[in-house]
Amino acid sequence: MQIDLKQPILAKNDKLAEQNRALFAKKHVYVLDILASPGSGKTSTILATIEALRDEFNIAVIEGDIASQVDSDRIKQQGIAAVQINTGGACHLESNMIQRAISVLDLDDLDLILIENVGNLVCPTDFDLGENVKVMILSVPEGDDKPLKYPGVFQVSKAVVLNKIDTKPVFNFDEQAFDDSVQQLNPTAPVFPISATSGEGVDAWAQWLTDQIHTVQA
Amino acid sequence: MHELGIMSGVLDAVDKSAKQAQADKVLKISLSIGVMTEAIEDSLRFAFEALTEGTYMEGADLEINMVEPRSRCLECGKEFNHDRFHVLCPECGSFATELLQGREMQIDSIEVDIPDDVSNTSADSTPTGSTNGDSSASADVGSAVSLTD
Repeated sequence: MQIDLKQPILAKNDKLAEQNRALFAKKHVYVLDILASPGSGKTSTILATIEALRDEFNIAVIEGDIASQVDSDRIKQQGIAAVQINTGGACHLESNMIQRAISVLDLDDLDLILIENVGNLVCPTDFDLGENVKVMILSVPEGDDKPLKYPGVFQVSKAVVLNKIDTKPVFNFDEQAFDDSVQQLNPTAPVFPISATSGEGVDAWAQWLTDQIHTVQA
Repeated sequence: MHELGIMSGVLDAVDKSAKQAQADKVLKISLSIGVMTEAIEDSLRFAFEALTEGTYMEGADLEINMVEPRSRCLECGKEFNHDRFHVLCPECGSFATELLQGREMQIDSIEVDIPDDVSNTSADSTPTGSTNGDSSASADVGSAVSLTD
């Protein structure tokens, strides 16, 4: 006997993601799912972003890591609400984890939630968390060929942050080649070259994000 | 690496449907997986074998239809197939293209074995224990049961 299912494999995840999305929309909170490799400067970029936007917006951070509180401690030191999710080995965040994390946040009081996904350029791309957009960070030392090796993450991202731009001379990073590959994969995604530590380029990135946040507040 | 999680999701859904149909053996599972996703066919098969060992799904035929990417140009209307890397319109070079297929992750259908004693009594999907032995009801067995919700 054949049974037709025609059912999305990730139906359970997608359903909870839609619930999260509806809640964020109702509360006028803009949610960013940040994808990147380990060591690309996700937390530093988040800290630089907070610095640029904290006067205008109320921000919270959800930190996804396999283990440890290191990242959420760094955020909390800046006086920003942070929830740490330890996946205990899982390579990506799922929507049920976000649902639990936001239950301890006061959404009425927030404008922006930054979700730092587990450091991984592959698995997180397939999971909807209920975010407004996914954004990826690539750092210069990882190399300009990454769009060719990990096309998926560049395609699901609404924008690309190129971090550690100040190390470009050391790593022989071909920014033109990088921009060309990104454009081929995702023609409408802007690329923001920044240095999270020196602050270079952060303004343009923060301005883009500000415009995005305003779209859910209008 | 996340194929194990994806496959557990598949098997949960398959188990639910198979149990609902009172099947005692799953013979085949058909999936559609878009080429633009990060799910790798070999890893899915490995996860499937590992997870079904010793269960009533062990040995089932896992059919994976890899769905090639296809997009439509929003400027000139051209529809075109492409690989993972090139999404620009080949006709007019426009950036504004929309993916029509290639990101699916879907369970299409399953094939199950239903024991004779069950199929004679529960064709109308009544729970086990139903006293309905009317043979006319079994005419429905074999027709597709839609379980989408």
